[in-house]
Amino acid sequence: MSTAESPTTAPPAAAATRGHVEITNVRKSFGATEVLKGVSLTVPPGGVAVIVGPSGSGKSTLLRTINHLEKVDGGYITIDGQLVGYQVRGNRLHELREKDILKQRTDIGMVFQNFNLFPHLTALENVTEAPVVALHRNKAEARKRALELLDRVGLKDRADAYPRQLSGGQQQRVAIARALALDPKILLFDEPTSALDPELVNEVLDVIRELATSGTTLIIVTHEMGFARDVADTVVFMDEGQIVEHGIPREIFANPREPRTRSFFSKVIEPAFNI
Amino acid sequence: MSSAATTVAQSAQQSAPEPAPGAFLEHSAAAEGRTADAAHSAAAHSAAAHSAAALPAADYSGYKLVPARQPWRWVGTVLVALGVVAVAWSLATNPRWEWGVVAQWFTAQSVVNGLVETLKLTAISGALGFVLGFILALMRLSASPLLVSVSWTFSWIFRSTPLLVQMLLWYNLGYLYEKISLGLPFTDIRFFEVQTTTLISQFAAAVLGLTLNQAAYSAEIIRGGILSVDQGQLEAAAALGIPAWRRSTRIVLPQAMRAILPTAFNEIIGLVKGTSIVYVLAYSELFYTVQVIYNRTQQVLPLLLVATLWYVAITSVLSVFQYYIERHYSKGAVRNLPLTPLQKARKFFSTHAAVNLDRAKDAR
Ligand SMILES: Nc1ncnc2c1ncn2[C@@H]1O[C@H](COP(=O)(O)OP(=O)(O)OP(=O)(O)O)[C@@H](O)[C@H]1O
Ligand SMILES: [Mg+2]
Repeated sequence: MSTAESPTTAPPAAAATRGHVEITNVRKSFGATEVLKGVSLTVPPGGVAVIVGPSGSGKSTLLRTINHLEKVDGGYITIDGQLVGYQVRGNRLHELREKDILKQRTDIGMVFQNFNLFPHLTALENVTEAPVVALHRNKAEARKRALELLDRVGLKDRADAYPRQLSGGQQQRVAIARALALDPKILLFDEPTSALDPELVNEVLDVIRELATSGTTLIIVTHEMGFARDVADTVVFMDEGQIVEHGIPREIFANPREPRTRSFFSKVIEPAFNI
Repeated sequence: MSSAATTVAQSAQQSAPEPAPGAFLEHSAAAEGRTADAAHSAAAHSAAAHSAAALPAADYSGYKLVPARQPWRWVGTVLVALGVVAVAWSLATNPRWEWGVVAQWFTAQSVVNGLVETLKLTAISGALGFVLGFILALMRLSASPLLVSVSWTFSWIFRSTPLLVQMLLWYNLGYLYEKISLGLPFTDIRFFEVQTTTLISQFAAAVLGLTLNQAAYSAEIIRGGILSVDQGQLEAAAALGIPAWRRSTRIVLPQAMRAILPTAFNEIIGLVKGTSIVYVLAYSELFYTVQVIYNRTQQVLPLLLVATLWYVAITSVLSVFQYYIERHYSKGAVRNLPLTPLQKARKFFSTHAAVNLDRAKDAR
């Protein structure tokens, strides 16, 4: 397939109305190396796109352009029709001011590989911080909502613990609750389980699985192929800054069309892995 | 193999006061067994059999735990205590220290006034210096090349001129610029104009000199602290839409404090004694006052001792503050907060008292 054509994921099960992500021909270079070479991808409201690919293929960079943590060099991204990080003036795209970018980011939750919880704040304070200062929510209300979210990720009784007093899996679940506290349209996950011990991976994946049916648009970078097969509407395979191939999990895992996809899957999927 | 695992688990369970370690052993032995070859599991079996033979099947569940004794620690403590007593004895009994004179001047009105001035200078220039230093550090770390170079130049100038020279320059500003005015440059419009000498008093010159110098140093200390905070923290905060000022003050600074505080207290304690440099302005803080007195009375040593004792007192109070402030900022950085000295002392006496009681009971 050509990279200019925009792959669209299958429609989600739950009828969601917000969180339509449209990535159009995005380019990004670090110095002389082009890391994203014109990437286009559409994720419909409530869709679950899982991005896989070899290390250094630009997965994290693509994810970070979606909430404008990384500026693009070309192309653009819209969420529900609204440009991310830019506004149109005449026939140019002008970068937004910091204040407006921060406002946009409250619609886009992000969960990091190494959690990035604030270590000097308790789990509860981690979750309430952004709603109070970024959305100006009432403190008591934010606290109530935070406790609900901590309950949802199974950590209500650890609300007053500091991150270093929690296991890796628990920390990542707090980080998910923190991202959910802003009621985002979209959640971005950058290898949410790669820093976890194998026995902790599932408790985090279970939480994400539950989110996948909730109508929030999810874009997930992961190396967990079994999880990708379970949860994705679309699996997107990236290599060397391009989307090589995408499709519904059953098809792409069983019959990859591109040789690069085939050789990647043959390396990462265990022989016992059944489609 | 499964029999080896259970043997280990059982013998461990008997010797350990709690079942948890036993359960863990069982778990790891079982996990190993899955991958290990036959030779390995045979070795485990013989080791388990050996330990089972050496351990009589006894029940220790009613036994009290006694911490290990450290006799050399006690020997060291006694030696150090002897040294301290010897020094104290010589200080107390050598008449040349003239403790009577020290006592007479220690709380004299002029000395106390000097002390108040010293504290005032330290507090004002310390506080202003660190506030300005914080701003300079943020400027230095900002994305604006202008702010970066202004901040860099500030630190460069004030760290490369001797404090003494800075003091004298500020005090003699009236010689360089007779009047200070606020107005439009290159015109005759003036909103405000004063005689420099009325504006720059001894006190103003002292505060100005100490503050600007302190700011240059604290800017670097604070910048170092901020750099020690993981970049991911800022990214996470930005991704959550938290505004820049709040990111600095709520997310980064509290974490940076752990790195900043020890050096910052060094600086403040240095500043307490560093204020004595304002003697060049004939400013009567503690040290200058003492000098004036001993020049009059010729009791040099005891009066120096008066000043020293006050400096020791201030440093001691600051050190206590430092301890508790550092402890406050280590919240969340360590898994469990260490005990304060008071809590430690209480625990020491309660456990030792309990152990000694038990020993006494055993002896009976
Ligand atoms: N800030 C940066 N400066 C320079 N090069 C960068 C920067 N960030 C990423 N890169 C480079 O861009 C390429 C893509 O990086 P990216 O982190 O997006 O890969 P990835 O697909 O997420 O890999 P992984 O699976 O290992 O996380 C890599 O070659 C990386 O070295
Ligand atoms: Mg990555």
